[in-house]
Amino acid sequence: MQRITLSAVTVGLCIAVAAGGYADSHSATDPAVKARHGHMQLYAFNLGVLGAMAKGEMEFDADRATAAAANLHAVARLDETGYWPEGTSSDAMEGSRALPAIWEKMDDFEAKQQGLIEAAATMEGAAGSLDGIRANIGAVGGACGACHKPYRQSDD
Amino acid sequence: MAALIRWALFLGAVALAAGWWITRPERVDAAALAGLTPDLALGERTFVAAGCASCHVAPETSGGDGQPVLSGGQRFASEFGTFIAPNISSHPEHGIGAWSDEEIVTAVMKGVSPGGAHYYPAFPYTAYAKAAPAEILSLAAYLRTLPASDVPSLPHEVGFPFNIRRSVGGWKWLFTDEGWAVEGDLSPDAAAGRYLAEALGHCGECHTPRNPLGGLDISRWLQGAPNPSGRGRIPGIDPGSLTWSEADIAYYLETGFTPDFDTAGGSMVAVIDKTAQLTPDDRAAIAAYLKAVPPKVE
Repeated sequence: MQRITLSAVTVGLCIAVAAGGYADSHSATDPAVKARHGHMQLYAFNLGVLGAMAKGEMEFDADRATAAAANLHAVARLDETGYWPEGTSSDAMEGSRALPAIWEKMDDFEAKQQGLIEAAATMEGAAGSLDGIRANIGAVGGACGACHKPYRQSDD
Repeated sequence: MAALIRWALFLGAVALAAGWWITRPERVDAAALAGLTPDLALGERTFVAAGCASCHVAPETSGGDGQPVLSGGQRFASEFGTFIAPNISSHPEHGIGAWSDEEIVTAVMKGVSPGGAHYYPAFPYTAYAKAAPAEILSLAAYLRTLPASDVPSLPHEVGFPFNIRRSVGGWKWLFTDEGWAVEGDLSPDAAAGRYLAEALGHCGECHTPRNPLGGLDISRWLQGAPNPSGRGRIPGIDPGSLTWSEADIAYYLETGFTPDFDTAGGSMVAVIDKTAQLTPDDRAAIAAYLKAVPPKVE
């Protein structure tokens, strides 16, 4: 009886894991992973304003652009203590794309974060003009990519 | 009986000869290069568009300022073994500084070393074979202007039977296709993009799935594949998989930002570093080409 119960639980767990993976490979239940994803959403939302203006999809508005750049800078500077607990890598759980290399090279990981803080600070100073946004958005994208290159799992 | 053995020996010899012929290392015709003049500016643009530095700079080199030092050393794991990018700096002993034009163009377009050995196809010479020889000759001239590095190249970590270099000749015979993957009438923009994407940029090397022998499956061109040297998948970029507008694709190639302001990651970061240096027309051409690729049918 006990064996049957265990098997049933195992099968149930497998189905739950598979269904979770099928429903959304980015779904996460761990609070730290959810916080990380929310943090990235805040970057994307504010970058969306700057990017849409740079691409000519949104009319340039100096106040709106400066606010978005200031937010970007502020989010980049958030204290991430507690964001990266052991056991929350892409190897350890479903829904995480954080590669184990983060925990192997935490100093470099933090240096990459510092790179984004600097790029966002420059953007905040330049976002009062459309030319300023266009001149600096590539560097912000480069700072994002510098970290996503070694530390985020490829996924479609 | 003796006649039968003689026949068997004869047929065996024929098979050996055919195999030897099929797997022979080919060279470019030096005479074909003689009339061409290298152009350093073109060579630099080819160097960027072909992404040479992405693999040949030292590990963990960040893009950006200064001339790239092509000392090699990056490791590329695969199911056939781990390939280690060699030093292709201008150093006369450890790099390609002492190689002739013909030797460099043969290496890039035929995948054959000056000593006559086949290179492994981790080096995307099957793509570069589609390039214009004048452009690769210009690339050779440009490579010689880059800094020298005395870091020795490391041997690849490849086991039997893949460590038999001659067998790579058979691979080339099976899988080298000098025609375009995307055929038919393309707009001038899309045709320019095809040259950038198929001949120089070698997008298909990661974005097209491979068969069990490591040959590209042209029938599923750019439809996405397992990451050849790491976790996760390389996304499809055919029109069925990638539904971004041409402007969105061009903007991604310039800044690394997706339409919803996620960014490029993994190996694509080094690619964006290069496409950001191309002209807006070049990026628009690549976008036009991607829309001309046969879409994946679900």
